[in-house]
Amino acid sequence: MKLALDSQTIGKTFGHFTALGDVTIQIPRGEFVALFGRNGAGKTTFLKIAATLMRPTRGTLFVEGIDIRKEPEQARRQIGFLSHNTFIYRDLSALQNLKFFCRLYGVDDSNDRLLGLLERVGLWRRANDTVRSFSRGLQQRVGIARVLLHDPSLILLDEPYTGLDAQATVMLNEVLDEIVKSGRTVILTTHDLEQGLRAATRALIIDRGKVVLSSRAGDPEVREAYSRHIMNGAAR
Amino acid sequence: MKRQTLAVLSLVMIPVALYFAIIYAPTEATMGHIQRILYFHVPQAVLSYTSAIILGLASLMYLIKGDLKWDRLAYCSAELGVLFTATTLVSGMIWARPVWNTWWEWDTRLTLQLMLGLLFVGYHMLRSYLPEREKRARLSTVFGFLAMLDVPINYLSTRIQEQHHPVVLGPGGGGMEPSMQLALLISMIAFGILYAYLLAQRIAIAKVEEEVEYMEQVVHA
Amino acid sequence: MRPVFAIIHKDIAIEFRNKESISSMLWFGLLVLVIFSFSFDTSDAEGIKPGILWVAFSFAGILGLNRSLSMESDNDCLQGLLLAPMDRGDLYLAKVAGNFVFTFAAEMIILPVFAVMQHLHFDLKLLWIVGITIAGTLGFVSIGTTLSMISAHTRMKEVILPILQIPMTLPVIIAAVTSTGMVLGEDTRGISFPLSLLGVFSIVYLTASYLIFEYVVEE
Repeated sequence: MKLALDSQTIGKTFGHFTALGDVTIQIPRGEFVALFGRNGAGKTTFLKIAATLMRPTRGTLFVEGIDIRKEPEQARRQIGFLSHNTFIYRDLSALQNLKFFCRLYGVDDSNDRLLGLLERVGLWRRANDTVRSFSRGLQQRVGIARVLLHDPSLILLDEPYTGLDAQATVMLNEVLDEIVKSGRTVILTTHDLEQGLRAATRALIIDRGKVVLSSRAGDPEVREAYSRHIMNGAAR
Repeated sequence: MKRQTLAVLSLVMIPVALYFAIIYAPTEATMGHIQRILYFHVPQAVLSYTSAIILGLASLMYLIKGDLKWDRLAYCSAELGVLFTATTLVSGMIWARPVWNTWWEWDTRLTLQLMLGLLFVGYHMLRSYLPEREKRARLSTVFGFLAMLDVPINYLSTRIQEQHHPVVLGPGGGGMEPSMQLALLISMIAFGILYAYLLAQRIAIAKVEEEVEYMEQVVHA
Repeated sequence: MRPVFAIIHKDIAIEFRNKESISSMLWFGLLVLVIFSFSFDTSDAEGIKPGILWVAFSFAGILGLNRSLSMESDNDCLQGLLLAPMDRGDLYLAKVAGNFVFTFAAEMIILPVFAVMQHLHFDLKLLWIVGITIAGTLGFVSIGTTLSMISAHTRMKEVILPILQIPMTLPVIIAAVTSTGMVLGEDTRGISFPLSLLGVFSIVYLTASYLIFEYVVEE
């Protein structure tokens, strides 16, 4: 069984502050993982380390069997990362943005393929419009197209629903369902329990830099752990 | 060497150096007594460059090893760098006034000291704008390393200026009598020990400061 | 190498669209020329002229560096670049190239205006100055790109950049002003020394920054 993500004692400290303790998890291919945690728990830090945007202080992490420390560029080809910032250029059109990212990843940048991708996220008609004119929801859609265009096998989403309207949320869910059905792996962080568990096969909770729960999404202990670690912990 | 040993040694050596500089060394023929400032000016200049080298190498070590103690060494030596650059400049100016009849000249050495001083100050300003410990270490060590590379380049650039301004004999001076050389050597040793003591002491204080900073963070969290 | 060219192409495409970098650099550089022309009477002091030019270039250049970095912080686009399968050093080179192109473009408009204001003849001397400008600008942006990325992490980005950039690029200014002065004064004996200093500066900082850039861009 190939592992999409294999994290072994990953830790991250910022000076004296420990953002992540020993995070050891294995995520098999094809899983849809919902990652929960309070603000500052370490979810974003972990995702950024997995996406090679940040170096861990210790530990090793493998994406699709590739060691991110030894071969980061190879690993990046397999990873798609989306946060609530879209990473797209507001002064270019949607199509120009996608073309640019294609060249960055060295994948086919033909108009046909990219227009097809834009159609999938419902932006075909606005392919040549400058992104500056887009609403947040539409910009996020371009971001989603950007994540998919190099065909990554592991998709990391950091609170992607933030600021999305109902229509964009539905579209994102459709795209995610398609991705998982095609055998790819998704790790998604969110504050919303229901949204996270909607299509998830696995649930993880990180609290103060440590993994406190890792189980199947349908298990009842997920809700219990959620309320214990995330809801009640706020007053601490 | 323990800090106390260094403290005692410098307490002893500085008056010794003063004696050698002011009483033992003969008066220079052309410049008179003001030339004696060389016995302070030169060691301070040497130590300012020492600070720059320590800053650069410690910065590089931090980038390689990631251990904050290197960053601590870097910024402590950069602080001493500001101090010794300032004293070098001031002693240079004190020398210049009676000899050149002006407080400042774009002499190679003084210009270099000024450039070095600007780099040290820039380094500290950068640090002051970075509240997170790790980021502060990482970014300021990058700058510290790049700034150290600038020092030899700065030297070459002041040679360019020399081609166009008259080469003014700074307080470096020409050949020296053996007794003067001895005075200079003793002064160098004394200031070197003082530097080592100040650095050790500053690092010790820095450790405490960082502990306090950490605890403040913990309390506020 | 393809990602490097993609980034350069993207920067140029964006600049074509909004023209913010070159226009602000250009305008600011020209204003600096104007201020100096009002402040100094250079008819008696030929030696000031190269200084005026390079002060204008330096301040315009710093403005350009600031603009270039704010372009990547909008929407956190830098993170998007860091996700790409490319070496961090290559990212640095792409940014240097882009910064160089824009700064040089602005300088090539400032230079003839300077020549007119300072009553210079449009002859071969200006071609020499163009060459010196290329060497000086390369040095300037080689360290400037790194420093602007360092400054981007601080809370007062636009303030700290000149505080770091100006001391670091003093050798470039000295060498560039000296060699420009030599060309204008028609006495180019020894011009190889400042020119080689410019070359050394660029090589040292391009290499050092290339190797060290990953530490600068990391989150």
